[in-house]
Amino acid sequence: MAEKIGVYVCHCGSNIAGKVDVEEVAQWAGQHIDGVVVSRDYKFMCSDLGQKMVEEDIRKEGLTRVVVAACSPHLHEKTFRRACVNGGLNPYLLEMTNIREHCSWVHKDPAAATVKAKALVSAAAERVKYQEPLEPMYVEVNPLTLVIGGGIAGLQATLELADGGHKVVLLEREPSIGGHMAQFDKTFPTLDCSACILTPKMSEAGQHENVRLLTYAELEEVSGSVGNFKVKIRQKARKVDFDLCTGCGICVEKCPRKVVDTAFEAGMGTRKSIYMPFPQAVPRVPVLDTASCIWFERQKCGACLKVCPTNAVKFDQQDELIELNVGNIIIATGWKPFDCTKIPQYGYGRLANVYTSMEFERLCNAAGPTTGKIVLRDGKTTPKSVAIVHCVGSRDLNHNPYCSGVCCMASLKFAHLVIEKTGAEVHSFYIDMRTNQKDYEEFYQRLLAEGVHFVRGKVSEVTDAARSSTERGKMIVQCEDTLTGRQQRYPVDMVILMGALEPQADARELGLKCGISCSMAGFYTERHPKLDPVATMTDGIFIAGVCQGPKDIPASVVQGAAAAARVAGMITKGKVMIEPVVASIREEDCSGCRICNNMCPYNAIEFDATRGVSHVITALCKGCGTCVSACPAGVITGAHFNNRQIFAEIEGVLWDAMEPAEALGKAETAEASAS
Amino acid sequence: MKTYAYYPGCSLESGSAAYDVSVRAVSKALGFGLEELDDWNCCGATEYFSQDELVATSVIARNLAICRADQKELVAPCAACFLNLKKTDHLMGEHRDVCRKVNEALAAGGLHYDPGRVRVRHLLDLIYTDIGEAALRAKAVQSLKGVRVAPYYGCQVVRPMNGFDNTEYPMKMDELFTWLGAEVVDYPVKAHCCGGHMTQISEDAAFELIRRLLDSAVEYEADMILCMCPMCQLNLDAYQARVSSFFDKNFQVPIIFFTQLLGVALGLSFEELGIGKEIVAAGPVIKARLAAQQSAANA
Repeated sequence: MAEKIGVYVCHCGSNIAGKVDVEEVAQWAGQHIDGVVVSRDYKFMCSDLGQKMVEEDIRKEGLTRVVVAACSPHLHEKTFRRACVNGGLNPYLLEMTNIREHCSWVHKDPAAATVKAKALVSAAAERVKYQEPLEPMYVEVNPLTLVIGGGIAGLQATLELADGGHKVVLLEREPSIGGHMAQFDKTFPTLDCSACILTPKMSEAGQHENVRLLTYAELEEVSGSVGNFKVKIRQKARKVDFDLCTGCGICVEKCPRKVVDTAFEAGMGTRKSIYMPFPQAVPRVPVLDTASCIWFERQKCGACLKVCPTNAVKFDQQDELIELNVGNIIIATGWKPFDCTKIPQYGYGRLANVYTSMEFERLCNAAGPTTGKIVLRDGKTTPKSVAIVHCVGSRDLNHNPYCSGVCCMASLKFAHLVIEKTGAEVHSFYIDMRTNQKDYEEFYQRLLAEGVHFVRGKVSEVTDAARSSTERGKMIVQCEDTLTGRQQRYPVDMVILMGALEPQADARELGLKCGISCSMAGFYTERHPKLDPVATMTDGIFIAGVCQGPKDIPASVVQGAAAAARVAGMITKGKVMIEPVVASIREEDCSGCRICNNMCPYNAIEFDATRGVSHVITALCKGCGTCVSACPAGVITGAHFNNRQIFAEIEGVLWDAMEPAEALGKAETAEASAS
Repeated sequence: MKTYAYYPGCSLESGSAAYDVSVRAVSKALGFGLEELDDWNCCGATEYFSQDELVATSVIARNLAICRADQKELVAPCAACFLNLKKTDHLMGEHRDVCRKVNEALAAGGLHYDPGRVRVRHLLDLIYTDIGEAALRAKAVQSLKGVRVAPYYGCQVVRPMNGFDNTEYPMKMDELFTWLGAEVVDYPVKAHCCGGHMTQISEDAAFELIRRLLDSAVEYEADMILCMCPMCQLNLDAYQARVSSFFDKNFQVPIIFFTQLLGVALGLSFEELGIGKEIVAAGPVIKARLAAQQSAANA
């Protein structure tokens, strides 16, 4: 029986109709494409009325196939599949063709765009004839969730889920959870103490009955798919037995080896070889740094071993591999600070009193190496003048083109702390002040009132080359004040560089493990930049916090909570739909060559040794088609993308080129039969 | 022995003959060849490009076009020559119409140039990269220990497109002399302006710029400033006395080319290196430092 096709061409307001003559396309399809019994154009196909039109035509006209020429299937395929179901048609008998992103938006010439739209509609119509009804599958969702990263975004996600009664594994590669927020002194714009608002959340996560904490551990491998991921985690050897340790800290106290702490203290302070990164660390179990430990250097000392009252120090402890099955994964791996030595003209690393923003956080933190006193590197001199340089490595085409978002506000916070603690004169060098969240602009106004000198301009260099006696012994910030149009020199005692927020060095690597992609800058790509900011293109993998893009604490918390809500929804639903668009192997024709086994990026093909054939694990298959094209015998079929459908689609798109060829073919046949 | 095509430029034939002499001497000592281009012409200096870009590009491109097929790398020690030759290659590579017009002009002389055929190198890059640390250390027979040098890069070699060092705060000359044992001062004005042709237009402006460079070297107690550009060397050395009297100072900072001090480390004599041709004499301070080394060794 010939299929009865309905073709619907969307105007999308003027998005499509502004370039493509949609009425002409619809009319042409009705007249020229075999099997088209209904062909309409409509202002907004995705509207209720548009959907109703499809439903009614299926019922009244007895449509057996539907083609919608509109926007990307990413946006509305679900909408029209639902309309088909409502009308009583299997949803996989719909074909959507994209005449917006692929046509009207990218072409200038209306006539040519109309020709192309016709070809696209023709392709869809030819293809849809061969589409087959498919039934979606459902898999159970494992209710356990893995959260990667114990900074504020990951913590928020963890607690939201755990408080909702769901089990969570929180994975953190540092010895303690807390992330960068634990290093900060105050938070803008309210100036409340960072530790005071963070540590309750940390200890809650540490003690929560629904949370399993894995610190000093890293993700090795992820396999499986939404609902049923298998993860391998490397628990690095702490050299301290987690169960025996009481967290008394005597080992730390007695350890004779002191080293510079480049992690938590940003190089500003020291720690012991066996250490807890900070007093409120969660868990309160020390880590032994074997790279600096005297025992691991020359098998002497062992002070920690001797003093431990519970014999918890274990020099022979090895890394452990932990395997877990989880239903969903939330990635909240945060950021790393820009390396300020990459801009040598700002003097960081050369001029002693040039600081990075993270160094300054530790300098003014009451729990930091100077107990919060703002002093120069000599450890005693209070600066009388401080320069704060914005956009160091951000908004700079030589380094990172993006705006790091948080630095303007952080610099205001720093300016306030400098004035409050030292009374020093502060110059803040900005390109644009960006204070566009609740109460942020008010904070800027407050700092203006506090007497900070804001200089609009990009600092060209920080130098110690004095030109006059007033400059001698100071660092001079050279900058064009673009509001007055003058080159100015500002002699100061201290310079703070507001370095960019950059993706973690191994962000791409983790993205590959989890099957999600990164932007050019290296931040994880969300499913939709506006409407789906915490999901990714891989079902079951969510992102939150700065790993998705620079943002401040409130925004990170919002994303952490949003990701948790998405996961909670999946757990509550209990099962997820798996698209029936999967590959299948005709086992009777399979030679068992196993070429497809290694080609599959999702490890979804298994070899059955007893029968000598391969078969597809449907739940794991993503329908990518790699095996289909790789099979030398051609016995693998991709549902919804079989050869017949693809060839029909190609013939459809070439409808105007096909005619002479077909004519030629017919002529040849006629000739052959004549002779 | 690797041989590079050599473009000395006009300064090295006249005011900066010491640069040319020392470059050739150093190349022999380090074991690389310099084959001077036959019949090279003006590099355009700073004037051509500001007058007529197409004419400038065509005139300069002739120097690239006369390189033989086997001459794939062209070395220019002068900063302006280096920049202009490199810029010409770049402009022809980036803009097809410029490339076509330039080649039309070259065709009148029976020449043709395909951008990218010749790689324009600065001498510093060549010595730092191609010769490298190990070979330099091996070939250095005279330690520069005790000689305090301020490496001065100026503008044209490092900006805008040298491709071998940081454009804002270059370090390659610093590193090179550290290998040779010299005490390299962290000269903060190393890429600042020497005044260029401002000496001809506004002495006030030029002298102030020169003063800053000399002041900083004095503050850092540098024995000398090392240059890699004839213009820089000229401004700092030849105008030093006038800058001194202008500001009521008494500058006595020797200004020489980096290849001259490098030659000393390679055991070459002052005459072979043209040391003594500068106005503020560098010879005595070098001698004094080397003698101090000797007496320290004897003691």
